[in-house]
Amino acid sequence: MSAGRPGWTGGAEWLRGEGEASDVVMSSRARIARNLAGYPFMTKATGEDRVQVLDLCRRRVLSDEFKRASGVESVMWVDLHEVDKLERQVLVERHLISRQHSRGKLTTGAGGVDQPRGVAIGLPSERVAVMVNEEDQLRIQVIRSGLALSELLEQIDQIDDALEQGLDYAFHPRFGYLTACPTNIGTGIRFSVMLHLPGLKLTGEIERVKRAAEDMSLAVRGFYGEGSDAAGDLYQVSNQTTLGKSEHVLVHELEREIVPRIIDYERHARRTLLEKRRAMIDDKTNRALGVLRTARLLGVEESMQLLSHARLGILLGLIEDVEQHTVNDLMLLVQQAHMQCAAARELSQQERRIERATLVRKQLGGS
Amino acid sequence: MLCESCGQREATIHEVLIKGGAKLEKHLCEVCAQTAASEPSSNLPINELISKYMVSPGVATSAKSDEPESQATTVCPSCAMSLREFRQSGLLGCPVCYTVFEEQLGPLIERAHEGGACHVGKTPRRALDSGREKGDVQRLLGDSKERADRLGALRKQLTEAVEREQYERAAQLRDEMRRVASVEEGGDEAGSVEVDA
Repeated sequence: MSAGRPGWTGGAEWLRGEGEASDVVMSSRARIARNLAGYPFMTKATGEDRVQVLDLCRRRVLSDEFKRASGVESVMWVDLHEVDKLERQVLVERHLISRQHSRGKLTTGAGGVDQPRGVAIGLPSERVAVMVNEEDQLRIQVIRSGLALSELLEQIDQIDDALEQGLDYAFHPRFGYLTACPTNIGTGIRFSVMLHLPGLKLTGEIERVKRAAEDMSLAVRGFYGEGSDAAGDLYQVSNQTTLGKSEHVLVHELEREIVPRIIDYERHARRTLLEKRRAMIDDKTNRALGVLRTARLLGVEESMQLLSHARLGILLGLIEDVEQHTVNDLMLLVQQAHMQCAAARELSQQERRIERATLVRKQLGGS
Repeated sequence: MLCESCGQREATIHEVLIKGGAKLEKHLCEVCAQTAASEPSSNLPINELISKYMVSPGVATSAKSDEPESQATTVCPSCAMSLREFRQSGLLGCPVCYTVFEEQLGPLIERAHEGGACHVGKTPRRALDSGREKGDVQRLLGDSKERADRLGALRKQLTEAVEREQYERAAQLRDEMRRVASVEEGGDEAGSVEVDA
């Protein structure tokens, strides 16, 4: 890790477990895709195009207007083609860049780690991040703890305006903001809400909820987005379409209609577990905490599952001597790159399992 | 009621889907519902959509279905992207591609966006700032018909905002409507568009 950069060994603000409905909603995120008029998309960009776009966008994200609109203290710029794999992986785990951006490759397989690309991160909160030269030239993201889509829309709108003051966006009267993939055109905006659904998982109703969400044109994915599994019973629900509905209508649908129904459903499942299967849920959650406090070797997946059950135990009042934010933070800190970052060196798989168990025991007051 | 799928167990899951304006009811037991859930969802990835909506001649462009080969070799004058290349990668080459291939992309885009065919929502600020050249504004906001459509969409959003008591948002929308309407003042064929403030 280069000097002068944050250590990345602490939790992230969006995982703090604060805000509306934070018993079920871990975090909310908005992301918009933009491209510059007069430049080809990444698919057809020459090396010179990429460098020019990177330069133009970097200047904007380092401007005072951007800082003001983002409400951040400072902006850190990272040239991703110049940093090592571990540092890129940490950024992926902190949800600051996509896996695709880390690799520098398009879905077609074109590109590579040395492609000129970067990310601007708003500090200290890490709530704002702007990826430059991903599949689209600009991918702006804002993220917060709890259910907060309306606030995120307002913020991302201001950031977008601030960036546009010095950039000419590609726009089409019929198709709206133009993106490399036609599935992102129109508003170019994706809202996503990360939900912790251990109740629905345990009562076996999760598939039903997933189907219902998918029938409403929503995508349901795991903790790390497309293609990832739902580690720790965490699910991301996001809008699938970006053309034909305004940003405000989308927010209204998700925040006032769809997500509250899933929240009610999960809360109902948790109540049912507590009322009808109390002994089972008391055992499961406390047993999870017991393993976390005593294990000597822990893998990521196992840790995530145990942490999910421990979090449920805290929320149901079955576990009283652990804070919710400690468990939330651990969900991030047990990830592979974070483990190595904390150790300040590359670790073998076995070493990581030992380090992880040690960290978890220490944080949860184990023996 | 028995499960529609197996006809043996009691149906405990009842779903009502509205798709393309038609109401569709499903009554399934827990077991069949789980099996159905593990099948691929209706949200097709872009490549599947392309092969379904663009490759077969006649689907994408019925009028010119007799010459699919020449279409496939049409090339964007700005970035040299061809339709054939797009079909393989699912990604376009540059902003101009959307104009060059507008006709062929239309059905695919509508399908990918569940019927959404026209942009509704934010417009680049520069299109709305005064003091811009008329040609520049028209390029962004489209011809007079497209601007009229945009005004219609804005009006709808304004009504929704007022219904939801989002007055700040309503004020923003009114400003945007005024600015879009002001483009017409130069004596365009559509004449003036009134904005009720």
